[in-house]
Amino acid sequence: MRNSKPILLVEDDRVDMMTVRRAVKDVNISNRVVHMLNGEKALEYLRDPDNKTPCVILLDLNMPKMNGIEFLKVVKADDTLKQIPVIVLTTSREKIDINESFNSGVAGYVVKPTDYKDFTEAIRKINQYWTSSELPN
Amino acid sequence: MQTTKSILLVEDDRVDAMTVKRAFRDLNVTIQLAHSKNGEEALEYLRNPDNEIPCVILLDLNMPKMNGIEFLKIAKADEKLKKIPIIVLTTSRDEQDKTESFQGNISGYIVKPVDYEKFVDTMKTINVYWTLSELPVGE
Repeated sequence: MRNSKPILLVEDDRVDMMTVRRAVKDVNISNRVVHMLNGEKALEYLRDPDNKTPCVILLDLNMPKMNGIEFLKVVKADDTLKQIPVIVLTTSREKIDINESFNSGVAGYVVKPTDYKDFTEAIRKINQYWTSSELPN
Repeated sequence: MQTTKSILLVEDDRVDAMTVKRAFRDLNVTIQLAHSKNGEEALEYLRNPDNEIPCVILLDLNMPKMNGIEFLKIAKADEKLKKIPIIVLTTSRDEQDKTESFQGNISGYIVKPVDYEKFVDTMKTINVYWTLSELPVGE
C-alpha cells in the first residue's frame, strides 16, 4: 500500500482470514493485517483512539452480529471514518450485494477467487492500485 | 473494465485528455471513452437518457464552470449516479484536495505522472483493478 498503516480485515471466517494473511505475506506486502471477526468489533477497533487508523479496509459481507453492508453504512456516515477506502472481499456475486455496496460507498468489490494463486494475484492487484492511488491522511 | 461499457473522462485540458486516450490505445483497452470538459458538461452527459451510464468516471479536479469537487458532491448525492466509482486523476498533491476528495467518497486518487510511460503504467493499474473489481449494474 502507499503508506505503512495497517490493513483492517473484517472477516468472520478464520480460514479465509488465514488465506488473506498468507496472500499478503506471499505478495510481500509489508502492511500489518489487523483482523476483526465482524462489523461490531471492527467499529470498536476503529473508534479506539489508541489504534492506528487503517490505510484500507477489506470487508467481508456475510458476517454475524453486524454484516458488511451495515458496517459499511456506519463507517461512511462517520465523519472521521468515511475517508478510509473500503474494498469488499466476498464470495457473493449477487447483483444486489454489488449494487448495495457501491451505493453505500465502496471503493472496490472483489469476488474471492477459490484458487489460491488467483487469490494472491487479486491481493497483488489490490495492493498495486492502492499504492498508485494516494490515501487519505 | 468490460468492453461493452464506457468510461467518462471529465477533463478540461485537451492535451491531458488526448494523453488518456493515447494511453488506453497503447494498452489495447477497447472500452469506449466519453469526454466532458467540465463538471457541468459531465452532469449533462450523465443525465441524458440517450447516453450509457459509464462504468467508472475519471475526474480532473481543476476545471472551469464546475470543478471536480463540486461535481463529486452532486454525483454522490444523486440516487442514480452515486454508485458509479469515481477516480480522481489530477496534478494536485494538495492535502486539502485529497481530504475533500476522500471525504466526498472517491474510489481512488491518482496524481498524474509526468512521464508518459509511467502514465501508461498507471492507467494499466487502474484498468487491472477495475477489471478485477465487480461493477454496479444500472437499472
